[in-house]
Amino acid sequence: MAAPKKGRRPTGAQGRPGRALAIILIAMVALTAGMFLSKQTTPRLGIDLAGGTSITLKAKSEPGKESAINETNMNTAVGIIDRRVNGLGVSEAEVQTQGRDHIIVNIPKGTNEQQAREQVGTTAQLYFRPVIAFADGSPAAPEGTPSPSPSASGSTAPKAGDGKTSPSATPSSSATSQGRALSEALKAPAAPTPSPSASESKKADDTKAPSPSASASAPATGDEAAAAALQAKFAALDCNDPAQRAAAGQGAKPEEPMIACGQRGDAWGKWVLGPAQVNGQDVKEAKGQIDPQRGQWIVTMQFTDKGADKFAKITGELATKQMPQNQFAIVLDGKVISDPSVSQALTGGNAEISGGFNQQSAQDLGNMLSYGALPLSFTEDSVTTVTAALGGEQLKAGLIAGAIGLALVVIYLLVYYRGLAFIAIVSLLVSAILTYTIMSLLGKGIGFALNLPAVCGAIVAIGITADSFIVYFERIRDEIREGRTLRPAVERAWPRARRTILVSDFVSFLAAAVLFIVTVGKVQGFAFTLGLTTLLDVVVVFLFTKPVMTLVARTNFFASGHPWSGLDPKRLGAKPPLRRSRRTGSAPAPVDAKEA
Amino acid sequence: MSKLGDLGAKLYRGEVGYDFVGKRFLWYGVSILITITAIVALAVQGLNMGIEFKGGAVFTTPKTTVSVAAATEAAEKVSGHDAIVQELGTGGLRIQISGVDTGAATEIKQKLAADLKVDQASINADLVGPSWGEQIANKAWTGLGIFMVLVVIYLAIAFEWRMAVAALIALIHDLTITVGVYALVGFEVTPGTVIGLLTILGYSLYDTVVVFDGLKESSKDITKQTRWTYSEVANRSINGTLVRSINTTVVALLPVAALLFIGGGFLGAGMLNDISLSLFVGLAAGAYSSIFIATPLVVDLKEREPAMKALKKRVLAKRAAAVAKGESPDEAYEAEDEPQVVAQGRPGRRR
Repeated sequence: MAAPKKGRRPTGAQGRPGRALAIILIAMVALTAGMFLSKQTTPRLGIDLAGGTSITLKAKSEPGKESAINETNMNTAVGIIDRRVNGLGVSEAEVQTQGRDHIIVNIPKGTNEQQAREQVGTTAQLYFRPVIAFADGSPAAPEGTPSPSPSASGSTAPKAGDGKTSPSATPSSSATSQGRALSEALKAPAAPTPSPSASESKKADDTKAPSPSASASAPATGDEAAAAALQAKFAALDCNDPAQRAAAGQGAKPEEPMIACGQRGDAWGKWVLGPAQVNGQDVKEAKGQIDPQRGQWIVTMQFTDKGADKFAKITGELATKQMPQNQFAIVLDGKVISDPSVSQALTGGNAEISGGFNQQSAQDLGNMLSYGALPLSFTEDSVTTVTAALGGEQLKAGLIAGAIGLALVVIYLLVYYRGLAFIAIVSLLVSAILTYTIMSLLGKGIGFALNLPAVCGAIVAIGITADSFIVYFERIRDEIREGRTLRPAVERAWPRARRTILVSDFVSFLAAAVLFIVTVGKVQGFAFTLGLTTLLDVVVVFLFTKPVMTLVARTNFFASGHPWSGLDPKRLGAKPPLRRSRRTGSAPAPVDAKEA
Repeated sequence: MSKLGDLGAKLYRGEVGYDFVGKRFLWYGVSILITITAIVALAVQGLNMGIEFKGGAVFTTPKTTVSVAAATEAAEKVSGHDAIVQELGTGGLRIQISGVDTGAATEIKQKLAADLKVDQASINADLVGPSWGEQIANKAWTGLGIFMVLVVIYLAIAFEWRMAVAALIALIHDLTITVGVYALVGFEVTPGTVIGLLTILGYSLYDTVVVFDGLKESSKDITKQTRWTYSEVANRSINGTLVRSINTTVVALLPVAALLFIGGGFLGAGMLNDISLSLFVGLAAGAYSSIFIATPLVVDLKEREPAMKALKKRVLAKRAAAVAKGESPDEAYEAEDEPQVVAQGRPGRRR
């Protein structure tokens, strides 16, 4: 679609209208078949037509940190929000970036919109807290972890979870966990000792841990009553219940002890944790990587200077304690995501967590440690909640408007172009079929969702598509007025009409493309449809309307200029086909006979 | 419809024709007047910016028996802000409360549901932060700027720079008029309006391009004849493509009109309505400007060319000579030995 060519190449479809028609027919059949095969026979509907909640977040630009809004950080944020939202047990919540600094969260209907919003809106908090007591998730007597095997290589500790961070994951999501207890050892990377292999990991409930008693292990907050209350809450907490799980650990202050749930293998555990010693901001960088010496996945952490001091202090204290109090819990959004044990003070600002990771879980934990707090802060730009009822109504209104618009166009064309109008109508139908099937397939392919503006775009496109036919038909009529018979008229009119159609469609497409690139949200849906239909318009005119016109020109009805064909030379006021004759009368022959 | 076909034929042959180009200063005057009115309306009244540009909440309730007045009172009491309540075709209400932040809106929704005796889950909420509309608008302006630059470059390549400039002026003219109508009538400006406005870009140019394409073709070999001046050729070209312009405009407007009617009548205010309203105004302006503004502008620019000036001189001299000889200009023209290249579109073609 560049500038139209000056030269008039013979048109491809001129001699072989059948071939072009075959191409478009095959395309239609293929698309339709693809649609049925992919079981996606309707376009995916956007939130405003299907119902649900759509949240638009904008990354806040902090002074001095403008460069923080980059692709990496945005994608990390999307990952974190995605985990949180889908942790609600919502299936198919979509989180995607749009433009440079927007994230759109679409939550289909049937979800607790309020809960979802809370999940999306909050900034994740990541803390390292010392473990005071651990028990399995039920409100029974607390159970302990296996005693560490007396090896010099650092003690073992079951790993909590596999990187799920949803504070309220549903039972179904626990099925995804790796059903095994993992042992981890946290030590300075310098230590060449191998960490215990996964083979010695035992189920985490053989041995009793000492029941945590406030006097023995509660932190010295000096507030016996509060400790007792925490103790009671801990005993009653049932981490197997999603509701309780979601509530536990919410709203805990970093400087106070807390109780929290977390996943251990395929079971839930609960912890009493001391005040936070290190927080997410103290971690400079963490990543899951392969340890070249042992060939297993580990997570390395690098602390900031301040963080390194704090971390050295806490690990120094923990290393002297007994299981489970030699562990620290990494708490994200009030939920324990990992609880490695410590065997020595870790100084120097680097540490690694090892034991039982696979690539996914190591990278997940690395990401969470790096970005547990979202790398950016976001503001809610807009929240739209649409009930299914209203969505259905909007869709219905859009479809009715489309049908009426189409009917009006058809009537106008029929009145003005008579027989020719049928060619236009069938072309419009072909356009509609192509648009519909492509939209349906794109729903699966690139996650295209039809929203209300997109429907508007499709309706507006009816006019644009019909315009191409008008340009061509008028050209044919001009040729007939020149005194030509239909067949040469059809062929002669085509190159000129083609030029006009290409230039004007290119301009339309340019507008749509620019809009699509620079805008977000609703406008984008509109631009997409407009661009798609403009492209299809060109395809249909070239591969369908023109070849059909060529074929139709061979029929008697049109070629003879039947009064109802819309090509009646008499009605069009054609000149008698004389060569270079001067018509008498005042009207001079047009010198500028050709218009687009 | 044969009358129309007849008229089309007459227009095509130049038997009838309207002097669009000759009266161009009238059109310019009209357009300048409208534009000034639009700018004044903008300055004095300003635009009625929708809630999306101010921040706030829009709630849509299902069918309720509560009256508009009662609902307004309830909404204002609950939120402590001004509320605008409209009744929808569905029997529901559309409640707009400005200045509510997205956090507080949830609570308001709960209280409203209780006051209006509808289920909370059946209320639609559209909560907008204060910067959202502005962002959409900013992005739209960016898009507009980029598009204008690209389209001028493209048209300069496909046609010539004069046409590109004229098309751009016509485009700005269309946008100004559309915005002016919004300021005058006080229609609400929403993101939907912005979408519609941006669509006009492509569409207003579509019309202009159709006219220009005809103009380009009819003026291709203009310097090889001495019968018509450039402005006369341009005018005939407009007349020749008039039917096409009218048809394409009508056909484009029909679906938009359907959207406007359905969006307004069926759903009350909303996205459909906003998009189609601005489209409708813009398309009408675009159709007008492609004929009355863009082409005359091209003529004004073209007639300054030395080649065209020379042509005009030749044509006028020829006509004067013919008159002196007592012939009609037509006969003088026929006496020319030049092949009628211009008439045929393709050189060397026999008629």
